[in-house]
Amino acid sequence: MPHDHQDHDHDHSGMSPSGHPYREDQDRTRSYWQTMEIAARELMIEKGVITADEVAAQIDAMDARSPARGAAIVARAWLDPEFRKLLLVDAPAASTELGIDIGPLNLIAVENTDKVHNVVVCTLCSCYPRDLLGLPPDWYKSRAYRTRAVREPRRVLAEFGVEVPQDVTVRVHDSTADMRYIVIPARPGGTDGMDEAALATLVTRDSMIGVGQARQPG
Amino acid sequence: MPTPDPLAPGARVRVRTMMPPGHVRTPAYLRGHVGRVERVLGPFGNPEQKAYGHTGDRLPLYRVRFAMADIWPTSEAPSDTLDAEIYAHWLEPL
Repeated sequence: MPHDHQDHDHDHSGMSPSGHPYREDQDRTRSYWQTMEIAARELMIEKGVITADEVAAQIDAMDARSPARGAAIVARAWLDPEFRKLLLVDAPAASTELGIDIGPLNLIAVENTDKVHNVVVCTLCSCYPRDLLGLPPDWYKSRAYRTRAVREPRRVLAEFGVEVPQDVTVRVHDSTADMRYIVIPARPGGTDGMDEAALATLVTRDSMIGVGQARQPG
Repeated sequence: MPTPDPLAPGARVRVRTMMPPGHVRTPAYLRGHVGRVERVLGPFGNPEQKAYGHTGDRLPLYRVRFAMADIWPTSEAPSDTLDAEIYAHWLEPL
């Protein structure tokens, strides 16, 4: 138990009561572009182009998007073969049919099968289907993921706990331009008779990026 | 008879090796490599113009599929694939 100190001979200055080092209040300096963003935003508010409430509302709307939207689409595709077919040829139309507004998002759905495992990356920046999955995780934006996912995807997947058998093709999708991608993970066994809402709870964010599998029930 | 589209799905293409300055959306690691058109998308505004505040010309966008063995001298699994979206002016039909 690293925090359960018996001897108190050593120096605790600069440490919290639980033995963690204190961090500075501002542990990173503000970058040039952060300063520019603040300046532009404040100017636009001052000049009445936008209001502070509108900025806050937009941030709320962005934060409200979560992987639950993508999970609902996957669960429907598992249950409804016609919907699955539509999703694979015209993902925006399928999303609209489900009442999910993905805005101007150009979406492609790719399906994992016993022959193909799909995984998504954006080597140039951090393109991500935010309308369906919310904000991207930090690792998705890291140079390590972005460079390695196209160079050694099987090793990267193994580090995420996904061992892809040699007879299964790994298909990497680099979202280099206008399209965004969602992976339809394979439906786990032992899920017969489960309804759509229950199935959706098995669909993780990582499984829709392709670095995970859907959860087993129970 | 209409001329067949040299960039129709299935067409073999090489990514041009040019290195223009500015904002481009063709990754350097794919330049010079050969793949096949998987599907045709768009048209979308050319990001190379949009990045500088211009209205982008509407261009078709191609999803090109590469074999890992054709991109990397040593690859974990040569028949694994990589798909990327590339605009027509970056593609040379073979």
